[in-house]
Amino acid sequence: MYRIDFNKLRFLICDDNPHMRRILRTLLHSFGAREAYESEDGATALEMYTHYVPDIVITDWAMPIFDGLELAQMIRQPESKGNPYAPIIMLTGHSEKRRVTVARDAGVTEFLAKPISAKGLYQRILNVVANPRPFIKTKTYFGPDRRRNTNNAYIGPERRIGGEMEVMQQPSLLDKARSSV
Amino acid sequence: MAKEKPGKLEVKSFADHHVITQPNPLRKVLLRVPESDLDDPVGRAEKALAGLSGEFKNWMAIEADRLSAAHAAILKGGFTDDSREELFRAAHDIKGDAATFGFPSAGAAAESLCRIIEHAPDLELVPSDLIRHHINAIQAIVRERTKLDTAATAGVLSRSLRGIADEFLTYANRDRPEHLEAILAPSIIPVE
Repeated sequence: MYRIDFNKLRFLICDDNPHMRRILRTLLHSFGAREAYESEDGATALEMYTHYVPDIVITDWAMPIFDGLELAQMIRQPESKGNPYAPIIMLTGHSEKRRVTVARDAGVTEFLAKPISAKGLYQRILNVVANPRPFIKTKTYFGPDRRRNTNNAYIGPERRIGGEMEVMQQPSLLDKARSSV
Repeated sequence: MAKEKPGKLEVKSFADHHVITQPNPLRKVLLRVPESDLDDPVGRAEKALAGLSGEFKNWMAIEADRLSAAHAAILKGGFTDDSREELFRAAHDIKGDAATFGFPSAGAAAESLCRIIEHAPDLELVPSDLIRHHINAIQAIVRERTKLDTAATAGVLSRSLRGIADEFLTYANRDRPEHLEAILAPSIIPVE
């Protein structure tokens, strides 16, 4: 069975609501995290992202200056000097399926709809730690593989061109790690 | 952890895309522990959250007052991009936070208000009572929670508001199929 050593993880929290930041900080510290940096808008978060180089970003969607979606897009710049590969967990009050799709297309790694729960947050963190997806770069997208279904027989719309190697096998660590929750 | 150098990237190129993999940079934080390990980080976090609950009513009152202030600014100066944005953001925060703070019906009423702000073709043409009743309902739910019959009443109130708002939005967007689809789409959050 696997467990996360939160003590070694560095988080960046981005939410304009101070109460939600307090809740997130409380949850992360209870999990065992010691390093959790906070920002209340997307612009500050981007600066902090470059400065602190967090392992995982947890961001709200609706925020002043620029929002969580724009933050994700700015982090996911393949030519940037910073790390464009860090996992981004979007924690948001938006609960419509189309929002999940938009967030996914901006390069968000995991989507967590509020109301927040300790279990929901832990599972998203576990997923990005234990089961990182390969990144895909196309003309219009750079971010984690948006396809979680590794069915090679898929023949539906928007199938990528490229033969058998186009779908990467996922590591099986996640299933093992899930048993620890 | 973050100071470690990232692993070497492996890029496989295909006709219309590249697949980029790197050794899992966070693998070192995964600890193998025996099945008998009793550590329960989720339980610990739930207890810590419960420890904060004494502050939730006060936090909720602050959020509700922010919403009322945003509405008051609109009544005074009309809808502008900024005032609309502030009203939406205040309602959206309540939608996301209220259930965590123990006010699920306030969250439901706030969600209904968010839908009005997001999908009404022209906010100036939304009946002013529709917005006002949402805000008054949220304030009432937050202020009156300690009364015994409030939970049931709050549920009825928020459902009624949602029904009226949906009826208005469905009619107002009858010629806007993309909004109509969004209004009628189910939430990804399971109904309790």
